[in-house]
Amino acid sequence: MLRNRFLTGLCIALSLLTLFPLISIVILVIRNGLPLISMNLFTQLSPAPGLEGGGFGNAIMGTLVMVCISLLLAVPLGILSAVYINEYAPVSPVSSAVRFVAKLLTGIPSIICGVFAFAAVVMTSQHFSAIAGGVALAILILPIILLTSEQALMGVSVSYREASYGVGATPFQTIWRIVLPDAMPAIMTGIMLAVSRAAGETAPVLFTALFSQNWITSVFEPTASLSVLIYNFASLPYAYHIKLAWSASLVLVTLVTLTNILAQMIFSPKQR
Amino acid sequence: MRTRIGGVPILNTGTLSPLTPEYRRNPDFFKGACQLACILTILLLAFIFGEILLKAWPAIHQFGFGFITGTQWSPNRGVFGVLPVLIGTVESSFLALLVALPLGLSIALFISEDFLPNSLRQFIRFVVELLAAIPSVVYGLWGVFVVIPLVQKYGTILSDHFGFLPLFAGPAYGNSLLTASLVLALMVLPTITAISRSSLVVVPYSLREGSYALGATRWETILGVILPTASPGIVASAILAFGRAMGETMAVAMLIGNSQRLSWSLLSPSNTLSALLANQFSEADGIQISALMYAAALLVALTLVVNIAGEMVLRQTQRATSVLR
Amino acid sequence: MSNDYTSSEAHPIQVSHETARPYELTDVVSPSKTNFIKVDDFRFFYGKKEVLHGINLEIPSRRVTSFIGPSGCGKSTLLRNFNRMNELIPGVRHEGDITIHGTSIFDPSVEVIALRRRIGMVFQKSNPFPMSIYGNIVYPLRIAGQGDRSMLDETVERCLRSAALWDEVKDRLHESALGLSGGQMQRLCIARAIASRPEILLMDEPCSALDPIATAKVEELIIELKRNFTIIIVTHNMHQASRVSELTAFFYLGNLVEFDETRKIFTNPSKLQTEEYITGRFG
Repeated sequence: MLRNRFLTGLCIALSLLTLFPLISIVILVIRNGLPLISMNLFTQLSPAPGLEGGGFGNAIMGTLVMVCISLLLAVPLGILSAVYINEYAPVSPVSSAVRFVAKLLTGIPSIICGVFAFAAVVMTSQHFSAIAGGVALAILILPIILLTSEQALMGVSVSYREASYGVGATPFQTIWRIVLPDAMPAIMTGIMLAVSRAAGETAPVLFTALFSQNWITSVFEPTASLSVLIYNFASLPYAYHIKLAWSASLVLVTLVTLTNILAQMIFSPKQR
Repeated sequence: MRTRIGGVPILNTGTLSPLTPEYRRNPDFFKGACQLACILTILLLAFIFGEILLKAWPAIHQFGFGFITGTQWSPNRGVFGVLPVLIGTVESSFLALLVALPLGLSIALFISEDFLPNSLRQFIRFVVELLAAIPSVVYGLWGVFVVIPLVQKYGTILSDHFGFLPLFAGPAYGNSLLTASLVLALMVLPTITAISRSSLVVVPYSLREGSYALGATRWETILGVILPTASPGIVASAILAFGRAMGETMAVAMLIGNSQRLSWSLLSPSNTLSALLANQFSEADGIQISALMYAAALLVALTLVVNIAGEMVLRQTQRATSVLR
Repeated sequence: MSNDYTSSEAHPIQVSHETARPYELTDVVSPSKTNFIKVDDFRFFYGKKEVLHGINLEIPSRRVTSFIGPSGCGKSTLLRNFNRMNELIPGVRHEGDITIHGTSIFDPSVEVIALRRRIGMVFQKSNPFPMSIYGNIVYPLRIAGQGDRSMLDETVERCLRSAALWDEVKDRLHESALGLSGGQMQRLCIARAIASRPEILLMDEPCSALDPIATAKVEELIIELKRNFTIIIVTHNMHQASRVSELTAFFYLGNLVEFDETRKIFTNPSKLQTEEYITGRFG
C-alpha cells in the first residue's frame, strides 16, 4: 500500500516537475519581453550592435517573406502529391515511394535543410538570399503538408466519392468538386501548423538568408528573420539587444501558440 | 433522332452508342500534375542526398576515414577531424535521453492512468504540447539566462566535491555538455511522452482487468503488465527521441560551448555535429565547406539510421499489439 | 398492364407437386418483352474468388425487376456491374458479357463515364454530397457541362417533384442536404439519380436504412418511376419485392436460380430452393 502511494506520488511529482521549466520560460519571456513591446518594434529596423533604439520590423518582414516563399514551393507539391497517393493510385509503387520519402523527410534535421539550400542555392548563385532561406524552409514543411493533406483526404467520407462516380463524374471532377472542398479545413490546418513551425526555425535560414539590418528590398539578397535575430542578439553584450531578443521571443512564442490553438479549434469539429 | 428536349440533352438516345456526343474523353491534366508532384518529391530526397555528398566529395577524397577518427579541427591549418564532435553528439543525446525518459514516461503514465482528475491530466497534456511548440532558439535564450547560471553554481559544488571523478572535473563552465543536455532533454520530452502514451493506451483493457481480477494493485498492474506490454513502443519512443536530439541545433549551439577539445567532464564545453555546422557555415571557405558537408553527410547518416530503426520498432509494436485485440 | 403487380393481396405460397424435385440450374425463362439488358454467361471474380457463376439474364425495359436472395448471394455485385462501379475496387475481373441495347458495356470504345451518366444508381445508405439540396441535384448536370441557370432550376423542380420531395424542401433548396431526415435524404438521392434522365435506374437495397413510413413513400415512388425508367432493385425484403416489381430474379451463392414474373415466383416457384427461401427456411 505504501509502495503504491510512493510510486503514485513519484509519478505525479515527476510530471509536475516539467511544469517548472515551462513556467520559467513563459514567465521570463513575458517579463523580459513585455517592457519593450510597442508599435515601434514592428516598424523600426533592428539596431546595429552597440546602438540603442530600433525594433525588429525588418526581421518580421523577412520571416514573412521567407515563409511565403516556402509555402509557394511546398503547398502545391505537398497537396498534389497527397491527391495522387490517396485518390488516383493509393496502391501503387509510386505512392508507396512517396509515403516512404515523406517519412524520411520528416526525420531530416532542420539544419540539413539549410545545408542543402546552401549547397544548391547559395553556392550556385554565390549569394546569400531570402530565396535560399525560403527553399530551406520549403523542404522543412513539405512533409508536414504532404502528410497532413493525406490525412485530410482520408477523412473525406467514402460515400461521397461513390456517389460522385455513380453519377458519372470523372476522377478529376470528383476530386476537384467534392473531395478537395470537403478536405479543405483539415488541409488549411496542416498549412497553419507548417507556417508556425517554419516561422520559428532558425537553422535553415541561418546561413542561407544570413541577416540584414535593413528592410528587405529583394528576394535575391540576405534578409533578417525573427529567429536569427534572437540567436544573434542573445550573445551580444548589450543589454538593449538582449531585451530585444526577449521581445522577439515573446512575439514568436505568441504567434506559435495562437496558431496551434487556432488549428486545434478548426480541426476538432471536423473530426467526426 | 431527337437529342434534346427544350434544350436539355436527352441522354436517352435509344442506343448506348460509344460515340456519344455528350461525352468525349479528355486527358486528365490534373492527374499529370499530381504525378509530376510525386516524381518531384521523390527526386527531391535524392537531390538532397546527392547534393550534399557531391559537395562533400573533395573532403571525403582528401581525408577519407581519418575525418571520422581525427581529433583536430583547424580550418586555418587545413586539418579536419570530427571525433570529439561525434562523441559530443552521441553523449549529449544520450544524456538528454537519460533525463527525458523517466520524466516523459511518468507523464505518459500520468496522462493515461487516472491518478488525478481529467482536467489536470488535460492541463499537463496541454503543457507538454506547448513545450513541443516552443522554438529551439527560445530554448537557447532561456538556457543562457537560466540554466547556465544554475549549472555554473551547482556544477562548481559538484566539481568541488566530486572533481576527482573525470566526469565531474572542474572548472564548471556555464556553457557545457551538461547544460546542453538538460535543455535537450526538455526538448525531446514531448516526443517520448506522445509515443509512450499512445503505446500505453492501446494496451487492451482486458489485460488490465485480468490483472486486477487476480488481486493485483494498480502499480503491480502497471509495472507487471502494462509497461511490459507497452515496452516496445516505449523503446521506439526513446530511439526516435535520440534521433531528434542528435538533430537539434540552435539551443545546443547556444549552450554547449563549441569547443573542439575532447574532454571527459560533463561540466566542460563540448560540441555537436549540428552546432558545428551552425557555427561555421556562414564564414567557411574552400575545403572547409567541403569538410562541413562531410560532417553534414555524417549527421544525415546517423539520424537516418536511428530514425529508421525507431520506425521499425514502432511498426513491430503496432503489429504485435493488434494481435492482442 | 392488366395484371396488378402492386397489389398487396396476400398470395399464399403453394407448392405444386411438379416442383418437388432437387433444384438444377437452367437457362433463364425469357419473358416475352423486348430485350434491354442482357447478361451473357457472366462470371465475376474478386481476385481469385469467383463470386458470380455464369449468370444468364435478360431484363426488359420499362419494368421493375427485383433481385432477391440471402446475404452474400451476389445480387448487389451483379447490380454494380451494370454501371461498372465494381471497377473502382482493385483486383476484380470478369468473364462473359453484359450488353445494353446490343452494345457491350465492356466494349473498349464505350466510355465508362458516359455509361454511368446513362445509368442512375441509388445506394443502400443514402449519400448526399455535403452541399445544398440544389447543389446535389444539379451536380450530375454540372459535370456534364450544363450550366444554364434556367435549365438547372427546371431540373431541380422536375426531379424533386418526381421524388415526391418538392413540397417538403422547396423553401430550403439552398440549405445543406445533410440536414434532411433519413427518408428525405434517400429521396434526394433518387432525385439526383434521375437528374440526367438516365434510361436505367439501379437501386441497391434503397430502403434498408429507412423506417416503415419512409420505406412506403420510396416504394410508391418506385412504382411511379417505372413509367419512365427501367428499374432494377436489389432487396432483402421479399414483401417489398412482391409489392413493387413485375419480375423477380432469385440468386443463391452466386448463381441465378430462378427468374420469372414476380407473381409466379411468390406463389408457384419452379425451383425447390426458391420455394425454401420464400418460405423462410433459410436466409
